[in-house]
Amino acid sequence: MSFAEFLAMGGYGQFVWPAYAVTLIVLIGNVFLARASHRRAVEEALRRAARQEAGS
Amino acid sequence: MLTTAPAAIRPTSSLRAGRLLFVRDVLLAMRRWEHVADPLVFFVMVTTLFPLALSPQLSQLRDVAPGVLWVAALLSSLLAADSLLKSDSQDGTLEQYVLSGQPLTLLLLAKTAAHWILTGLPLVLISPLVAIALGAPTGALTTIMVGLALGTLTLSFLGAIGAALTIGLRRGSLLLSLLVMPLAMPLLIFGSRSAELAIAGESAAGPLYLLASLLVLAITLAPLTAAAAVRIGLD
Amino acid sequence: MWTWFHKLASPPHFYRIAGKLTPWFGWTALLLIVAALYGGLVLAPPDYQQGDAFRIIYVHAPSAWMSLFIYVTMAVAAAIGLIWRMKLAHAVAASAAPVGASFTFAALVTGALWGQPMWGTWWVWDARLTSELILLFLYFGYMALRASIEDLQRADKASAVLAIVGVINVPIIHYSVIWWNTLHQASTVTKMGAPSISTSMLVPLLMMILGFNIYFFAVLLTRVRGEVLRRERNAGWIREGAQA
Repeated sequence: MSFAEFLAMGGYGQFVWPAYAVTLIVLIGNVFLARASHRRAVEEALRRAARQEAGS
Repeated sequence: MLTTAPAAIRPTSSLRAGRLLFVRDVLLAMRRWEHVADPLVFFVMVTTLFPLALSPQLSQLRDVAPGVLWVAALLSSLLAADSLLKSDSQDGTLEQYVLSGQPLTLLLLAKTAAHWILTGLPLVLISPLVAIALGAPTGALTTIMVGLALGTLTLSFLGAIGAALTIGLRRGSLLLSLLVMPLAMPLLIFGSRSAELAIAGESAAGPLYLLASLLVLAITLAPLTAAAAVRIGLD
Repeated sequence: MWTWFHKLASPPHFYRIAGKLTPWFGWTALLLIVAALYGGLVLAPPDYQQGDAFRIIYVHAPSAWMSLFIYVTMAVAAAIGLIWRMKLAHAVAASAAPVGASFTFAALVTGALWGQPMWGTWWVWDARLTSELILLFLYFGYMALRASIEDLQRADKASAVLAIVGVINVPIIHYSVIWWNTLHQASTVTKMGAPSISTSMLVPLLMMILGFNIYFFAVLLTRVRGEVLRRERNAGWIREGAQA
């Protein structure tokens, strides 16, 4: 099967590939957002800890 | 020999507390009846707009009447749900309920029942007029009313859960609607189905029984859930 | 055994262990998903009825499965957090929600993309689609409630109540929507080719579902670590632990 045939997906390419693309975006997006959320939480926690130490 | 203490020093029984609260809520609302009228006016407005927007043909309206009636009832109930706990939470009475030592579940049951009498029952009573205006045959009216009675009562209880979860929140009313809406969807499906069967002249017993069972589920679980949510909200 | 469990639930311990496990889960998931992609897109033959369009199943079915699995996970975690007052459980519930919502969205979109060539329409109010849409609303409601409450403790508990109410509602919704559909005589619901699915088609599907599950654990652990930090008042371990 040639690459062009692979892309065409038996005529259904315009449905199959967007479906895979959306799923890929969801998968990558979740990783990205999860890491960002964790990073933000670390920053906030460190700031809170610093403030607590400064206050005491 | 006295076997019971005189009324003056006997602690209030829970049932009596519930009854008192029920009567109080109804009387209070009667004094500020605009709140009672709002859901009713909204209901009539929404159902009146559909013939204007869709078609004046009764035969065509008849097809959409079940859906229109029930969506309008759902939206009116969502609108009304916010008022269940709002004034009590704002002036501190809600905390008094929690502190009173009476079972909060029962108090909320009483409040919700009163709330339905004021906001749901008027819808049920005016529904025959609206249904006829949407092309429903007179034979269907009783079933439609029964269905709406079961549905709006359940919606009052679902609304109580939503109201309890959103006490004192900014834009709580909108959030309440968002929270209650998915819970109310089975109700909408069975309810409009019952109206559809009634209008077609067939027996609507199936959906009505399902509506009744949803109501039973709501009456048993909702006040309990709402009480837990109130406690969480007031901490 | 319980001491191990208690130890795990203690924030610094959990934070450390989760941090170690996440890369393992992550890479394993990636491997499984890539292998499943190859199996599903290249190795599996086209379906005799649906042609190559059936390959959407490899992204649609796992997404739909995850949307439901994650909701139940969220509700169970919320219940545990509410009953046993475990902050870690609340953290899990809070972390699971956005991931679950995104899979629900993916399931709906990929479903629509599958439905158009198969049924000739992007959307159909059949039982599964409708209940999936309602599931999305349940997720949104949960996240909106969380976002509206400033106090984290109140947000945890209130959203836990909502999650539990929602999970009771899920079977009711599903049942009511099926009932509604059989009354309206469901419009065309396509079956998947032959009744029994061939091995070459099935294996990539199972691998993909497994891959998605392990992926979810990786993402969940990452988010939970952050949520645990947000719930920690004691500054002590954060300084050393949080850098990891």
